[in-house]
Amino acid sequence: MIVSIASGKGGTGKTTVAASLTRVWKRPLVAVDLDVEAPNLHLFLRPVIEESGPAWIEIPVVDESRCTFCQACSELCQFKAINVLGSVVLTFPEMCHGCGGCIAICPERAISPGKRELGEISRGRAGSTEFLMGRLKIGEAMSPPLMRQVKSRLKDMICASGRDAIIDAPPGVSCPAVNAVMDSDVIVLVTEPTPFGFHDFKLAWEAFAPFGKPMGVVINRAGIGNREVYSFCAEKEIPLLAEAPYERAVAEAYARGRIIADLSPEFRNIFVSLYAKIFELAAGTLLMEAPHA
Amino acid sequence: MSKIAITSEGPGLDDLVDPRFGRAAGFVIVDLENMNTSYIDNGRSQALSQGAGIQAAQLVARAGVDCVLSGFVGPKAFQALSAVKIKVVQNLDPGMTVRQAVEKFKRGTVQFAEGPNRGPGR
Repeated sequence: MIVSIASGKGGTGKTTVAASLTRVWKRPLVAVDLDVEAPNLHLFLRPVIEESGPAWIEIPVVDESRCTFCQACSELCQFKAINVLGSVVLTFPEMCHGCGGCIAICPERAISPGKRELGEISRGRAGSTEFLMGRLKIGEAMSPPLMRQVKSRLKDMICASGRDAIIDAPPGVSCPAVNAVMDSDVIVLVTEPTPFGFHDFKLAWEAFAPFGKPMGVVINRAGIGNREVYSFCAEKEIPLLAEAPYERAVAEAYARGRIIADLSPEFRNIFVSLYAKIFELAAGTLLMEAPHA
Repeated sequence: MSKIAITSEGPGLDDLVDPRFGRAAGFVIVDLENMNTSYIDNGRSQALSQGAGIQAAQLVARAGVDCVLSGFVGPKAFQALSAVKIKVVQNLDPGMTVRQAVEKFKRGTVQFAEGPNRGPGR
């Protein structure tokens, strides 16, 4: 089972929840940091990195001696990464999303794949948990192509070992966030009960609901803000999987790179219960609690 | 030099120059020999998340112009225009009409740019 931990607003506690879940997960597990623009799960899990290497994106290389300037590639490319102007072919590799469409559509087979470095993929181990992380190069904008490669590695690891996976997703609701959650079996949305948290939570719920995947919410920093997110979840029948209280001790532990589930038996129990509810949510046996909005 | 393109907020000579190249509302094409004008709408650029400058360069190249007059031209657009040997006049005064830009060009009081005057967009 693949569980993605996502949110609309950044800084609501995705990594806090993901790291804590690895502590209470009973089955063999891969922890994956798919927030390739700013990976930070490793700061908490402190894995031993066993393997690390560059990740590439496939870009077009044009043999102009074979090009008839038919513009098929230029018309196909939605990102203006390959352009025919008169009898000149201009490519902009940094704008290429690596779909390979131009290579496939060229009737003269004048385009071949070249490569451009996007970032790095690292694999390691934190105790019994396997660890996988993508890290985009600074200044690079192409997150999804790197994320796809991390996910492909994850698939190999899961197929080989039958492990579950927890994905620490990037914030937001655009392509990177959607890419992180689209292949998971369960989506856990982490939010905080503030107006800002609620606003972005709604966006995330609207963006991910069309996938039709089991989706639940974890409310972090419970006790601050207002009850809007509780009312919304009750109305839309979005199950509340866990609440983590707003406490100074949590912020102190986080700042030291400690995992919240390790703070106390009370905090650990929040995540033990969350673990159980994630499986009930996936199996469709989770009972909706009476709304307490 | 017979045909030029001016980035414009509207289709006529009395419309204001649009300072943007890639995301200009459109391009007034002027044939300097007979002063005939035509207009290319660039509304499609609003739907592009990236590459508006490159697309604009393709549009004016297809119109067969020799020179583009605008306010700001980004690096990718400049590269695309240079590739097809279209000259660039940039930094047109804000508030100028297309007609005034054409007259300025005809008087020969413009300088052809040697490089882009704007950082990359997306």
